[in-house]
Amino acid sequence: MDLDDTPEQATYRAQVRTWLEQHKSEAPVLEGPGAIEDESEIIAARRAWQGKLAEGGLAGVTWPKEYGGQGLGPIEQVICNQEISKAKVPGILDAIGVGMLGPTIIAHGTDEQKGRYLGPMLHGDEVWCQLFSEPAAGSDLAAVQARARQQEDGSWRLSGQKVWTTNAQFASYGLLLARTDSDVPKHKGLTMFIVPIDAQGVTVRGLRQISGEAEFNEVFFDDVAIDADAVVGGVGNGWGTALTTLMFERVTIGLGSEGLGYNSSRFAQAIAADADARRDPEVRHQLGEIASELLAVRFTGYRTLSALQKGQVPGPEAGLAKITIVSGAIRAGDVIADVIGPDALEDGSEWAYMISFLPGLKSAGGTEEILRNTIGERVLGLPPAPRLDKGIPFSELRSKEAAAA
Amino acid sequence: MNLSLSDEQVFLREAARGALSRFKTFEAAREALDGDESALPDLWATAKEAGWPGLLIDDAHGGAGLDAFDAMLVLGECGRVLAAIALLGHLPATAILGDAPAGSTLLEPLATGERRAAYLPVSPPDDLSPDWTVDPPRGFERFAPPTATADGDQARVSGSLAFVPDAPGADLLVGVALLDGRPVGVAIEAGASGVSIEAAARYDATRSLGHVTLSDAPALLLDASEESLAASWYLAQALIAAESLGSVETALDVSVEYAKERHTFGRAIGSYQAVKHSLTEVLRQLDNGRSLLYYAGWARGGAPAEFPLAASAARSVAGRALDQAARTMISVHGGTGATWEHDAPLYFRRAQLSRRLLGGTGAATDRVAGELMAQVSAA
Repeated sequence: MDLDDTPEQATYRAQVRTWLEQHKSEAPVLEGPGAIEDESEIIAARRAWQGKLAEGGLAGVTWPKEYGGQGLGPIEQVICNQEISKAKVPGILDAIGVGMLGPTIIAHGTDEQKGRYLGPMLHGDEVWCQLFSEPAAGSDLAAVQARARQQEDGSWRLSGQKVWTTNAQFASYGLLLARTDSDVPKHKGLTMFIVPIDAQGVTVRGLRQISGEAEFNEVFFDDVAIDADAVVGGVGNGWGTALTTLMFERVTIGLGSEGLGYNSSRFAQAIAADADARRDPEVRHQLGEIASELLAVRFTGYRTLSALQKGQVPGPEAGLAKITIVSGAIRAGDVIADVIGPDALEDGSEWAYMISFLPGLKSAGGTEEILRNTIGERVLGLPPAPRLDKGIPFSELRSKEAAAA
Repeated sequence: MNLSLSDEQVFLREAARGALSRFKTFEAAREALDGDESALPDLWATAKEAGWPGLLIDDAHGGAGLDAFDAMLVLGECGRVLAAIALLGHLPATAILGDAPAGSTLLEPLATGERRAAYLPVSPPDDLSPDWTVDPPRGFERFAPPTATADGDQARVSGSLAFVPDAPGADLLVGVALLDGRPVGVAIEAGASGVSIEAAARYDATRSLGHVTLSDAPALLLDASEESLAASWYLAQALIAAESLGSVETALDVSVEYAKERHTFGRAIGSYQAVKHSLTEVLRQLDNGRSLLYYAGWARGGAPAEFPLAASAARSVAGRALDQAARTMISVHGGTGATWEHDAPLYFRRAQLSRRLLGGTGAATDRVAGELMAQVSAA
């Protein structure tokens, strides 16, 4: 039992570190003195930096070589992330594209699509966004209502609304899940499309959250024309294609949990800084409970890495770590705000953003309730709840639901 | 990166599971609660056959020379079947003796299990207090450990310790006493004059505990370092954590099976979110606990400075997990789960008593905070 690199991993780590040492000075400065402040300048600088990372082999580590990747495994991806974080330089801008959408296109896309889109995605020349969730389709993703109708010439017309879309405000393309057939059960009538965000009829609107910042967008589609060759994975196969994306999302979450910065030492430091809080039995007890669970998640991550090294893919139980991190960080933010007082909630505070961000994070990437359902059914083998939508054409669902209520 | 079980560890675990499966431990636990303690099988004989008493003793002294994580695996198997087996007291005692050259002559019969040792648990200082303390027989205030007066490599020890795991019937008591205010290791023959051991706390009949009183009892002074003496406390924390998580595993298995079979309103109760989510919560806590056992097992050898943090965190999470698992087991089974016929009350009794032993789960939780704040202040 050890936490050390194998000789091959150590060699790879050294190689990444060397590249970062040589190119560190070219990275954009986003914090501290000399930091870029203008939002569009930040994006431009981060896109350029992603291009450099890609040239150096530090982006798309797990992508096959023929698409510009390194053809390495998830362990190397983690090592690369660790070194980038240690070097205190930004990582790639388009983590969603490179981590989830690119791999989906690699798995399901046509040769033309792979040839056209993957290179610019990897180098940050074209940023991507994920257009899956809708106001009425989140946990029940297969309930999407965005409608694409095929025209006589084989092209499509798309109308509908997407939401929670990170990076849409500067994205070139989105991978979009739309309903193409309402007369079949809901999982069967879906199709995945590549949609240009600058197309006529696409409107992107920032969605402000509790913190006041707009990290997500709503994206509206009003009779948008889409080419016939924009379908990914075949008409009517959208659900299977979406599951591939969600599998990569799980891997990304499973490997990146430490990256959120919700770690026990940081919380302990905030409390230890107050001499009275440090001695208070109630505060100590709370911190002890929270920290124990967050420490556990760190080692769950190492266990996941050990399993990956043996070729095993993380299962739905990875969601347990997400539940633990989010609920632990929520409790920590609460205790820290108790200790610091109202100042913890002020704009300049290190904690205000975290405290405001976490209630939403509880629902992101699968709500806690859906994660517990999935884990209960797929890990513990418990039976699913009876469903009212099974085998029923999507177009008839509304009336069935109304009748059952 | 390798945080998975080796083939040898998988074999050790499977062998332990096989050896313990020959006994009707749950029936025995219930009968013992009814007053028939002779119903409890002699699992020390099984332990001897399997070589568990010598798990942490090096091969030069007749042991298996394995490490803390291997011992945790065995304790986990004991916990799975609520086995009454005296390893929780014996193993930390052998760890102290193994660290002290003066104790090495005592090791061989302990390695074979011919003699059995019990660890006298003394809690090390924390970031707020420089005192070593012991569990009191009653109440909230912690007591001072026994004191020793030296005479060469021999000593006389006086004092008392409450709720010492596996003390009744032990041949040798090993722990910490204060000599001129400094902690020293001591080994005391249980049959010597000045030693009295009174059996205590039968809420969980599978847990043997004793109140130990020492009045000028003759002791061998052990030249173990202060770190080693403190580490024995954390080893005991890690072992009881592993044992508790073993119990969580089987409590969860039984509950899940029942939730699949039992139907209400035309469907299995496990299909209801309220039931499903409460079982998932047990799994979440179990999985966190497992990860912390790896942390403790790795830290024991790989990062000794973190062992107090890792073992305390494991104890904290495992103690709460067993409480959660036992209560969930009872509620998933409905009224039946609260009756004498069912095994759920045995888990519940195990959970409630275990959480109050060896300083208690709450103190382990506080220790996590203390260790972390000391770490960040030092940095």
